[in-house]
Amino acid sequence: MPASAAQPPPPSSETPGSPVLELRELTRTHGSGVAEVHALRGIHLAVHPGELVAVMGPSGSGKSTLLTLAGGLDTATSGQVVIEGQDIAALGPKGMAALRRRSVGYVFQDYNLIPALTAAENIALPRELDGVPVRKARKEALAALAEMKLEQVADRFPDEMSGGQQQRVAIARALVGDRRLVLADEPTGALDSETGEAVLALLRTRCDQGAAAVMVTHEPRYAAWADRVVFLRDGSIVDQTLSAGADSLLSTTTGATT
Amino acid sequence: MSIRHGLLALLERGPRYGSRLRTEFESRTGSTWPLNVGQVYTTLSRLERDGMVVQDGADDAGHDLYAITDAGRTELHTWFGTPVDRTHPPRDELAIKLAMAVGAPGVDIREVIQSQRRHTLKAMQDYTRLKAQALADVPSDRDEVAWLLVVEQLIFQAEAEARWLDHCESRLVRLAEAAATEPSAGPGPAATRGPARAPAERSHSQR
Repeated sequence: MPASAAQPPPPSSETPGSPVLELRELTRTHGSGVAEVHALRGIHLAVHPGELVAVMGPSGSGKSTLLTLAGGLDTATSGQVVIEGQDIAALGPKGMAALRRRSVGYVFQDYNLIPALTAAENIALPRELDGVPVRKARKEALAALAEMKLEQVADRFPDEMSGGQQQRVAIARALVGDRRLVLADEPTGALDSETGEAVLALLRTRCDQGAAAVMVTHEPRYAAWADRVVFLRDGSIVDQTLSAGADSLLSTTTGATT
Repeated sequence: MSIRHGLLALLERGPRYGSRLRTEFESRTGSTWPLNVGQVYTTLSRLERDGMVVQDGADDAGHDLYAITDAGRTELHTWFGTPVDRTHPPRDELAIKLAMAVGAPGVDIREVIQSQRRHTLKAMQDYTRLKAQALADVPSDRDEVAWLLVVEQLIFQAEAEARWLDHCESRLVRLAEAAATEPSAGPGPAATRGPARAPAERSHSQR
């Protein structure tokens, strides 16, 4: 096969620059003794700027645990979570809160927008908490909405928006400011397939612009937007795939049939 | 087969010569199923034999032109109006492979599933990239629209396979668990080594 001759380089040399997120020998155990459950068993994962990584696996394989640990919402039993070169265990609660506001954005299945705030206010909130003046934060929020062609919903409350609009606002909120890491847990869960696709296309665009994202999904069609699909089973990474360039696929197809 | 009808569909838009038919067929389908000129001419001569096309002079550059006949048009519209047969599915190598892997000595069926899943997901990633490229500008001409539909078909097909693989894996795990907790399930190794073996044997013995 001509394609196998041009194998992509291994993940470490694939993307230059230092990783935005690095998980080192990450372990999470619940309970102890006979009731001990190993949610994660020594996970290694590096996510570089520009990279969209999809995490797949059966329920109970540790997908969500991986995401909550990566975002500092839960504490590892052993191992390290390093975000932009900083071991998050070394940060105090204050440092951690600041990191979550400034570096990491979350996108949840149920959007988690604050119902009493408009779309623009939801996006501006983390910036205001971070000390950015209200007017500047609003300007940023409006710019973020414009980029997603969502200007029209700026002053709407979450219950006045469609699911797809809410999720895109949630992504805007996750990326506003200089945050370069997005952690998304089944971000397309409640959306119809075309809207889900639009959300993925958006996430893809933001990664192409330099953000890094880790997305948990059980939908192969959405995972296929990723640069890399990581398969978890019983708390371990059992396999992963890199996407070769599309051109090599076409030449493979042609080569196989002639 | 589909090449026959594909060529008729292209000829309905006007007389064409062989290599132009080939180019048009490929731009419609994004070269997913490449044709060689030989196949095109073989198919044209069969269509001519069957009265569906006729030779229709030559163009200025001396290419022999073919034109669709009324019989060809009737055949084409019958094709559009008839669903593609799904009652006699072609042999599916993956289904056969998994069927053979159930209980096969020295074969870890979950590994067979995983290596296929990896391959299928990777193909989906590549197709999705092509699709994203196709969608970068709103597809305008009919070739672009046709190609988008084809690449999406490839994605849906691969997705169905990936979902089926997920289903097979969880089915095997559940069957193995059921076999392990059932006292009459027979000796342990069958249930732990090849997940689907014990239930498969049991259903045989019941018949």
